[in-house]
Amino acid sequence: MSPLAEYAISALLLFGGAFTLVGAIGLARLPDFYTRLHGPTKATTVGVGAIMVSSVIYFSAMGEDIGISEVLITVFLFMTAPVSANMLAKAAMHIGVKTVEGTEGKPWEQ
Amino acid sequence: MFDRLSFPQPWLSLILFVTWQILSDGVSGGSVVLGLILAWLIPQITHGFWPERPAFVKSWRMPGYILRVLKDIVIASFSVAWLILSPRTPRPAFVNYPLTLDHPLAISILASTISLTPGTVSADVSDDNKSLLIHALDATSDQDVIDAIYNSYEKPLMEMFR
Repeated sequence: MSPLAEYAISALLLFGGAFTLVGAIGLARLPDFYTRLHGPTKATTVGVGAIMVSSVIYFSAMGEDIGISEVLITVFLFMTAPVSANMLAKAAMHIGVKTVEGTEGKPWEQ
Repeated sequence: MFDRLSFPQPWLSLILFVTWQILSDGVSGGSVVLGLILAWLIPQITHGFWPERPAFVKSWRMPGYILRVLKDIVIASFSVAWLILSPRTPRPAFVNYPLTLDHPLAISILASTISLTPGTVSADVSDDNKSLLIHALDATSDQDVIDAIYNSYEKPLMEMFR
């Protein structure tokens, strides 16, 4: 493997790991349920995206695979993450989870 | 009776078949057979969820839209990461977003885009498909959120679906 590919893989892994960590910190730090929804759903998009790109580079550089399956994982993740976030938010509104003080606007009641 | 043996959504069937070939580690006799079964069975089962055929009027604009969303995800991720790590508390807000799109597929693409881009989650669609409820993590004003979404996502989608 060329040194350039190694540096690129390391940088992307560190980048992805850092974003996933920030997502986890957000889950612990943010004040209420609705704001906590943001942390994990966002960490997956950029964090997992960067880790998948590094995986594509690794397997391409090793000459084993061109890495279509990684692209598929990313596509599936991007398609399912919004749906799960939407279902969690709907469920929270349905049972009337309290919002943090200072939140503008109100959830719907329908 | 012969309806059952057809492919009601040829594109969906084709995508399912190709996806299965990619997932199953090399094309073989078995993967082709199972791919054909899945390409037939899944559209039959999910038929009821597609009340009308999705109308992609200008589908060639889709790659440009996806690239733009990916770019926005990366940029906005940094601001959300900064917000999580900075000591000040965010100003969360529920925003009522008035929809101008009317096609169900277009609305679900818009809602998914809003959820994927950091800082906003689409929480609900009103029963009459006229407005979206968006939760913003840090909003200075409702109008800013509405304008940003309208200009960067809803306008291109309207051009695609009209």
